[in-house]
Amino acid sequence: MPEIKVDSNVDICPADMKVNCVGETCPVPLVETRKALRKAREGDIVEVTGTHPASKKEIPMAVKALGLKLLSVDETDGVWKIRIQR
Amino acid sequence: MAENTEKATIIVHSGDMDKVYSALIIGNGALAMGMEVSLFFTFWGLQRLKKGGLEKGPLSKMHMFGLGKWMINRKMKAAKVASLEKMIQDFKELGGKILACDMTMDIMGIKAEDLRQDLISDYCGVGTYLDDARDSKITLFIS
Repeated sequence: MPEIKVDSNVDICPADMKVNCVGETCPVPLVETRKALRKAREGDIVEVTGTHPASKKEIPMAVKALGLKLLSVDETDGVWKIRIQR
Repeated sequence: MAENTEKATIIVHSGDMDKVYSALIIGNGALAMGMEVSLFFTFWGLQRLKKGGLEKGPLSKMHMFGLGKWMINRKMKAAKVASLEKMIQDFKELGGKILACDMTMDIMGIKAEDLRQDLISDYCGVGTYLDDARDSKITLFIS
């Protein structure tokens, strides 16, 4: 029987994997990111947006500690966007 | 996910609002960063696990018969700091363990049904704490 392969290089972010933490403070962005990552399946992309400055540095630290893939970190007008692949 | 999970164990000895915040912020941060976390509620800390007791703690400084706490609460709301209730629910959702000190329960005449049993994983003594703490990367005593 042929093995069924699922392409994990999804480039469309499912709606439920978008985390909006604009205006939230410590530790909410970190916690909400972790909650989304726990719900994500392998290969899923989680996109987090926020304004808390320290979280922009700390979410990538958590991603590294969790052994996941940090796809991008961008910032425009004080709003950062971090993309993570589980 | 990381393969060998690191642990953090925190003793919540104080029931002061600001200190319970510290414990839950550190606990949630550690869970978010992939660690396993246990919070041991003992003495004044355990009072906060009574039904309706979580938000009842005084400020550790400048409480001023509740005026200081009221002012800080207003400032925290303006800064959009999450409530203790949200933090403890997040803590549970991320897989954190909450342990209640059974000796405190005996001393203070607290029964299991007086406590938020939905939150508590176990009622235990110092041995359980040490068993967790001996292989923890981080262990804190919040007094």
